[in-house]
Amino acid sequence: MIDLLARLFDFTGTGAALRLPFVQTALLAAAVLGLIAGLLAPLIVTRGMAFAVHGTSELGFAGGAAALVAGVNVGLGAVAGALVAAVVFGFLGLRQRERDSVIGVVLAFGLGVGVLLLAVYPGRSQNKFGLLTGSIVSVDSTNLWLLVGCAVVVVGTLAVYYRPLLFASADPEVAAARGVPVRMLSIVFAVLIGLSVALAVPAVGAILVLAVMVTPGAAAARVSASPLVVTVLAVLFAEVSLIGGVLLSLGPGVPISGYVATLIFLCYVGCRLFARLRRPTPRESGILSG
Amino acid sequence: MTALDASPRPEKPRPEQPHPGQRQVEHPSGVAAVELRGARMGLGERVLWDGLDLRVAAGEFIAVLGPNGSGKTTLLKVLLGQRELTGGTVRIGGRAPGGAGTGVGYIPQQQAMDIDVPLRARDLVGLGLDGHRLGLGFGARRAFGTRFGTRFGAPAGGRSRRATVDAALAAVGATEYANSPVGRLSGGEQQRLRVAQALVGDPSVLLCDEPLLSLDLANQRVVSELIDARRTEAATAVLFVTHEINPVLPLVDRVLYLVNGQFRVGTPDEVMTSEVLSELYRTRVDVLRLRDRLVVVGAEDGGWEHHA
Repeated sequence: MIDLLARLFDFTGTGAALRLPFVQTALLAAAVLGLIAGLLAPLIVTRGMAFAVHGTSELGFAGGAAALVAGVNVGLGAVAGALVAAVVFGFLGLRQRERDSVIGVVLAFGLGVGVLLLAVYPGRSQNKFGLLTGSIVSVDSTNLWLLVGCAVVVVGTLAVYYRPLLFASADPEVAAARGVPVRMLSIVFAVLIGLSVALAVPAVGAILVLAVMVTPGAAAARVSASPLVVTVLAVLFAEVSLIGGVLLSLGPGVPISGYVATLIFLCYVGCRLFARLRRPTPRESGILSG
Repeated sequence: MTALDASPRPEKPRPEQPHPGQRQVEHPSGVAAVELRGARMGLGERVLWDGLDLRVAAGEFIAVLGPNGSGKTTLLKVLLGQRELTGGTVRIGGRAPGGAGTGVGYIPQQQAMDIDVPLRARDLVGLGLDGHRLGLGFGARRAFGTRFGTRFGAPAGGRSRRATVDAALAAVGATEYANSPVGRLSGGEQQRLRVAQALVGDPSVLLCDEPLLSLDLANQRVVSELIDARRTEAATAVLFVTHEINPVLPLVDRVLYLVNGQFRVGTPDEVMTSEVLSELYRTRVDVLRLRDRLVVVGAEDGGWEHHA
């Protein structure tokens, strides 16, 4: 037990590792991913799309596995799979009940196909495992630039569309009545999610995409209802857990996913506790005067 | 005057003869707030309504009544520009419907908001002001940037966005919970915010889709009084879709009653009679006046019970 803990929290090699170029690339990738995830997570939570993100990541996994078997770039396969899933989910719009069952169906199919493809893949098992659990140290400069490009697209789109997107996400009926193109924004947002998820899959793995794409927003929404504060906190939580995860994983040389998932989970628990302490009796019903 | 008082009210001002001191509406006189001419809405084989002529003056309160499936909500969708008529024309303030530029406010029926939605009461109201505009919305100091023009709803004197939203919140008595998460507010509080959200954009037409549904009596009165205050103060025309006319009966100028492709327009006294409703429903319907309430007997199949 102690041995295991000692192995998981081993910092002897961390200092040396930080000077390695691929580690620096990994840290940069984590920072960029944290920015994207933190910006999108509050909107994902607002739209109730956590399950759609999970479905998208499993399709990204299936796409990556298909690319692995076909011998083409895994990242491209993941992007293709995730984008297809995201656009399909985007077209389903906001009606939750109908959407959930479709996502469940598509997710199971994607996961099944992905596992089957990996089973017949003759190559190294490290590649297989990487898609599910992620290995950010395998992020090369090409992938880093892809991530940066994606971040530019996400930041740029939000800079232009954030306000109508928030309106369409939180209050779709009135937004549509006010002339906001709710359906078009649903697709735009789905494409942003597809791109981000596809790029997150090689780094943190399909299984843990939820941890970085949803949890920061869910945690931040516990302590504030101001869209600005929630977004800033979500970026902060995502950065802390992703960069922290990379740093913690350097010494032991294990995948970062476990660290990232644990750190972001601690953020979430901390936020819940903070909210509980600050607001001992949640306001269930308001007082009517008049 | 209370909302439940059924005594005849003084004649309301019409835009053709504006009251002295009353805010002048944006449209030149002669342009109706809402105008439908020969409007037809077909759904496949069915025709929801046909030959519908309706001219709504500024400051007028129209109750849209009828059983489920008679096309009340579809009519609102036409006025919002979300549905196309299959015949005839529709004009809002002389312009084609659709988009925020037509100065239309919309109040939906109360529905539970997710408790997790990261949105405060003031954010919900603020989105009603400029949520349709591009940009971040975080740093907006002015209610309306110069980039997108100030064609409608620009607050007088260029008040800051925050002051405009604060004023809208105060007008519905929501200042106390302005910073509370919307998901934690009661149904009545949320509907007040809906009124503020619709009015903050300074609409000349207010479309309401069952805004009193699932509210208790006290909140029904608060919400309908807020809507009534708006149309008397700012001459906003109100189209009010409802199953139940009684909570708004004292406010209603005219009724549009839709039943199975038939319709009738007129004052409540003209339309809410046994003869007219019997003709519309093609069966015997009795309308009784019980103190200040109307009781309709015989149109129960979807007509008058609440669907919460």
